[in-house]
Amino acid sequence: MVFFQNLINALQWGSFYALIALGYSMVYSILMLFNFAHGDIFMVGAYIGFGVSTALVSLAAMGAFALPGWLILVLTIIISMFLTSFVGMIVERVGYRPLRDAPRASAAITGLMIGIILETGNLALLGAERVKFPSLIETTTYDLGGVFVTNKKIMIVLVSITLSFALHQFIRRTRWGMAMRAMAFDFAVVPLMGVPLNRMAALTFALGSALAAAAGILFGVAYPVLDPYMGILIGWKAFVAAILGGRGSVVGATLAGFLLGFIEMFVPMIFPSTLRDFIAYTIVLLILVFRPHGFFGEAYSARLRL
Amino acid sequence: MLLEVNELRVSYGNIKALHGLDFQIDEGEIVCIIGANGAGKSTTLKAISRMVPVEAGTKMTFQGKDLLQYQPDKVVSKLGISHVPEGRRLFENLTVTENLMLATFARRDREQIALDIKRVFSIFPRLEERQTQKSGTLSGGEQQMLAVGRAYMSGRKVMLLDEPSMGLAPLLMMSMFEALKEINSQGTTILLVEQNARLALQFASRGYVLENGHMVLEGPSKELLENPDVKKAYLGG
Repeated sequence: MVFFQNLINALQWGSFYALIALGYSMVYSILMLFNFAHGDIFMVGAYIGFGVSTALVSLAAMGAFALPGWLILVLTIIISMFLTSFVGMIVERVGYRPLRDAPRASAAITGLMIGIILETGNLALLGAERVKFPSLIETTTYDLGGVFVTNKKIMIVLVSITLSFALHQFIRRTRWGMAMRAMAFDFAVVPLMGVPLNRMAALTFALGSALAAAAGILFGVAYPVLDPYMGILIGWKAFVAAILGGRGSVVGATLAGFLLGFIEMFVPMIFPSTLRDFIAYTIVLLILVFRPHGFFGEAYSARLRL
Repeated sequence: MLLEVNELRVSYGNIKALHGLDFQIDEGEIVCIIGANGAGKSTTLKAISRMVPVEAGTKMTFQGKDLLQYQPDKVVSKLGISHVPEGRRLFENLTVTENLMLATFARRDREQIALDIKRVFSIFPRLEERQTQKSGTLSGGEQQMLAVGRAYMSGRKVMLLDEPSMGLAPLLMMSMFEALKEINSQGTTILLVEQNARLALQFASRGYVLENGHMVLEGPSKELLENPDVKKAYLGG
């Protein structure tokens, strides 16, 4: 019973990690860049979701329209993903594009700085008081023979798997996806195919940020109290999942996200829970020692210039 | 005049690679630039496709338009100048067909794209047989065919070719140049750079000789093939 209960929780946390890891993974494979601000984009997405849902709820309360809570949640996810994609594109345009030919270390440091700016900018804008994500759907608990599952957990897992599948199809089947795969292999030659690099970079950031926003809202549904530093630890862990999944692999990042969730949830079954992350990430470290390229890393050309 | 280049200067850091090149290409021509390793041949092509920055004073016009106003992807998609880079640089994680389709990224003329793919497959039947294979699994000759086919799909007013003979066995080399002749006869102007000077001069109607970033000689291929300096330096006596 405890096992299945943990399994449910692992799937929920895995969903957060997977959605955030996808953005890390895409940017890393396509632009050769660790976007260390990505965890903070998750945070910004959660706050935008907070803003959008609060606005929708108060509009509904004023009688502007009558919408059920679940529909407000769906609208919140869609609108916030859209808005947060612009945050990602701005970060790319302002922070990373000028550094495209700079040493990779400079770009990584830029990411850290953008992260701090997003955190403290939020603090400056909204103050230190924590905000509470509005409760849009009632929690219903199902008792599956002693294992308790809530409708929220089911929704979180389904939304995250659906989005990850959608991204996978996008990359497999569209010409933008094809260009992204080509960029992951050999960035420098792609302009010779008539592909505008800057637009592709913007698209990559937009997609990753939209997924991070979805994760942020799902997180807000499960854990409604938001704070400006909520993206740091979860962002680092998702970054680990992205590396574990293998360079540029959507399937890999998703599975690795869930794997992290599992390891984190199952370690406390055996060890004291204060040792959870210590043991969980020691396991991850050992996996990387034996599989330094992760699980599904695709081949790529090491040449950086034409 | 299709392409006119004046005072082309390129530097990598403090090292001057091209010291002010002048050359021009007419519509429908096959022109070659020959020279030793490191003379600046690849850099010349990269400057035309805007993949390396040029210095102030450089002028490049294509069909009367200022080439320097175009981003690299627009040089391909708007002007129709394609570039087969040194070492082919295929996307080895994509299939043969995907490589060809990626080159049409900016094109919207679906019917023409389908016709062009057929055309590529008729020029290089081997590619048709391997269309669903990842391009990394192709042989060297097939990879060169795909690199040329890909350039054909992306834009074909001018095709810039960087060492198309590299790594090919003599027989394959000959059939590759036959294919390029056929592409040229359909209206594509060709500018190629080659270390294999004899082959290039037999194929092209005109040639330029590049030495340490300077154009030192130019003329019809026949004259260059007879030129004693060219013979001594590039044709093995």
